[in-house]
Amino acid sequence: MTSALNPKYSFDSFVVGAANRLAVTAGHTVAESPGAAYNPLFIYSGSGLGKTHLLMAVGHAAKKAAPKLNIEYLTLDEYVEAFHASVAAGQGDAFRRRFQNVDVLLVDDVQFLTNRKEMQSELLRLTEALQAAGRQIVLTSDRPPPDIADLDERLISRLSGGLVVDMGTPDYETRVAILRRKSEERGARFEPGVLEAVAQAEVGNVRELMGALNRLVAFQAVNDTSINAETVKRILGLASEGAVSASPGDGCTPAAKGGGGGGGGGDEFGEFLADVTVTVGKAVEAWRARVGEAVLRWEGEGYRTQRLEALLQRDAPAAVDKAIAAFAEDVERLKALEAEVAELDPQAAGQSVFRDPERLSEAEDAAAKVRAGAAPPPGPSAAFPLAAFAVGPSNQVAVSAARAALERPGKKYNPLVLVGKSGLGKTHLLNAIGLELARGKRAVVACLSTQAFIDELIAAIDGNRVDWWRARYRRATALLLDDIHLLAGKERTQEELFNLFNLLQDKDRQLVFTAPAHPNTLSGLEERVVSRLEGGLVAELKEPDREVKRAVLERMLTQQAVHPEPALIDYLADRPTDSVRSLVGLLQRVASAAAAQDGPLTAGLAREVLEGQSSRDSRRAGGFRTSGLVVSSLGGIKSREKVVWDWIDVGDRVIEEFR
Amino acid sequence: MSLVNFTTREITCKIVYYGPGRSGKTTNLHYIYGRVPESRRGRMVSLATQTDRTLFFDFLPIDLGQISGFSTRFQLYTVPGQVYYNATRRLVLQGADGVVFVGDSQARQLDENLESLQNLQSNLLEHGVDIRTIPLVLQYNKQDLPLELILSPADLDDALNFRGVPSFSADALHGKGVFETLKSISELVLKKLAAGTAA
Repeated sequence: MTSALNPKYSFDSFVVGAANRLAVTAGHTVAESPGAAYNPLFIYSGSGLGKTHLLMAVGHAAKKAAPKLNIEYLTLDEYVEAFHASVAAGQGDAFRRRFQNVDVLLVDDVQFLTNRKEMQSELLRLTEALQAAGRQIVLTSDRPPPDIADLDERLISRLSGGLVVDMGTPDYETRVAILRRKSEERGARFEPGVLEAVAQAEVGNVRELMGALNRLVAFQAVNDTSINAETVKRILGLASEGAVSASPGDGCTPAAKGGGGGGGGGDEFGEFLADVTVTVGKAVEAWRARVGEAVLRWEGEGYRTQRLEALLQRDAPAAVDKAIAAFAEDVERLKALEAEVAELDPQAAGQSVFRDPERLSEAEDAAAKVRAGAAPPPGPSAAFPLAAFAVGPSNQVAVSAARAALERPGKKYNPLVLVGKSGLGKTHLLNAIGLELARGKRAVVACLSTQAFIDELIAAIDGNRVDWWRARYRRATALLLDDIHLLAGKERTQEELFNLFNLLQDKDRQLVFTAPAHPNTLSGLEERVVSRLEGGLVAELKEPDREVKRAVLERMLTQQAVHPEPALIDYLADRPTDSVRSLVGLLQRVASAAAAQDGPLTAGLAREVLEGQSSRDSRRAGGFRTSGLVVSSLGGIKSREKVVWDWIDVGDRVIEEFR
Repeated sequence: MSLVNFTTREITCKIVYYGPGRSGKTTNLHYIYGRVPESRRGRMVSLATQTDRTLFFDFLPIDLGQISGFSTRFQLYTVPGQVYYNATRRLVLQGADGVVFVGDSQARQLDENLESLQNLQSNLLEHGVDIRTIPLVLQYNKQDLPLELILSPADLDDALNFRGVPSFSADALHGKGVFETLKSISELVLKKLAAGTAA
């Protein structure tokens, strides 16, 4: 994970000049007594001026002075990657411990901290810990700490707290010295004056200088002739007299040297060739610049770029642009996969596999795995179609609101809160809305009871999968929760719902809730939740009117394949019932009585059954439920019906009062 | 046409020597031919009349060998200068990467120079090429003639070089300015090539 120190990069091979003397001296000091002198040591310079060399030299020297020291060299990217990998593996603490045990930490290229807030705080924490433990940190960058964009103030002051030194462009003498040492290393010999001529060229950094030297070495090897100071400029394409802009009439043509005859003819061509070589070199080297740009760009976005870097190692790779395009395509695919995974399971999205185009197939596998493991949130029940919902004046408002919400989900009434007593059809309407919404393309409708919502959250907390649980709901295109009052006292669930609510509402996703009463009368709900519930439309379902009752009865009887006499429906519809559920209960009682007598369902039978029995029995029978809904908690309920079931009988109460 | 082929690792530049009749285009090529080592040059194809006037065109292929891993070839062409061979000129110009305009420095040939330059512009246009975008250099040949017969390079620049392209005085017969011209056009072509492949 961390790079090994390159043995070539030592203090011995580092050419010291006026421009870098301070930095080198500081490096020596730090290497001799890590943690004691300048901590942290921050070295900055332009590209190609020897930052990495110096950093590694410090590592080598420190290791030499005290072989037992634990020395880590890594680039910031490697550090970031290591961090991501350990976080993905759930080993964040191990990562911190690992670096806190390092005696000399050498971090290269910290300018890439820009826009990496989490890494900044991680590095801040590490710097503080290492400093406190008296361990050395050396960092390099291409600019001083305050110039690194978006760098945390605390980190700036921390990084600037030790010693900040820069390294400039080497002066002429240093350049000559560098060239001499490098050509010695390569075993290349040049005529006197050649290296000086190269050094005279205006180069921005040592790397360019090395490029120039390489070109000379190559030219000399190919042409089998030694180069003199004169030809250097031509080979390197430096400004020389009599070139392109030769003024007309200027007599100093190299041809003059050849004498114009056939004998000296190779000279002119040789010069031409040298010229073209330089130009072609620059022209075809353009691909290098393009690859370099691509590397910078993708590296900056946090992707691994070995494939592109490998291209740079080759002399003249074929189809560079195609390779770059293919790389970009792979990165796009990774991005898409990561985004998809992030939606399904944010924890999984942090995996380093989504940052390495070489591991695209692994990323595909990982995404497939996440996809397979991602269960959609519970959907609406198919048992409650909108068509089967009986509409009458008592619930007209709520149904129109529902229809309006369906026409423009998320835009018209958001949230829509259906309130009404138990048994009036809130759950039916809620599920019906859910079913309609689910018809949409790519619709993910979460429709469930609040109790199930709470239970799921608890299970997620228990299984340490809250992120996953959240992601599941966050990708819902609509959220419908039944019996929202059950949130009373469930602070964590309210918190989660509050966040989810805001997120979904921001994205114009429809929210529908049901409650037994107006949200502001529900106890145990946080003010912020209540105010959000009130923010859309609160539509009330009232006690069923005659029209609704008739519709419900007709549907029920038709479902049971019974053709009732109209009088029966009239009779039942006229019975005072406060909910659809109790109406269904009445019908069930009459039906069971008819079944017991093996007789037909008539109004007379109904009257006999319903009016000839004690109120206690009637209530018990009224508890017979058909909707299958069982509310598991009564917390915060203000529904009269639900309370009445548990109420003591009138007779018992009279006796009680007598006592 | 593709100048740089990254797949086959080839660079091929087609350079056309253009100009009025008898301005010295073929002489340029002959001089270059004489200076290129035998191993580097192909056979110079010259279709000339009895009086040594170019009838169709001259063609000189030069192989510069491997440069930066690319097998590099230059193809030098001349066009027939005479006015009535315009169809041939247009044909030769097709796919040219760069043009050397060889002008005749003699004062009495100025009109021919201008006419040929205009002809170059219109022929390029027929190939859909704007003369302002194609690499072009001017060569004022025959500067070795007596001064009373010729215009100075500065005068010729004023008359012909209104686009400010590189210009060279030359004596093609003796080789003066020939390679300077070739170097200059090569550089322009190769630079354009670099810019072109970058896009």
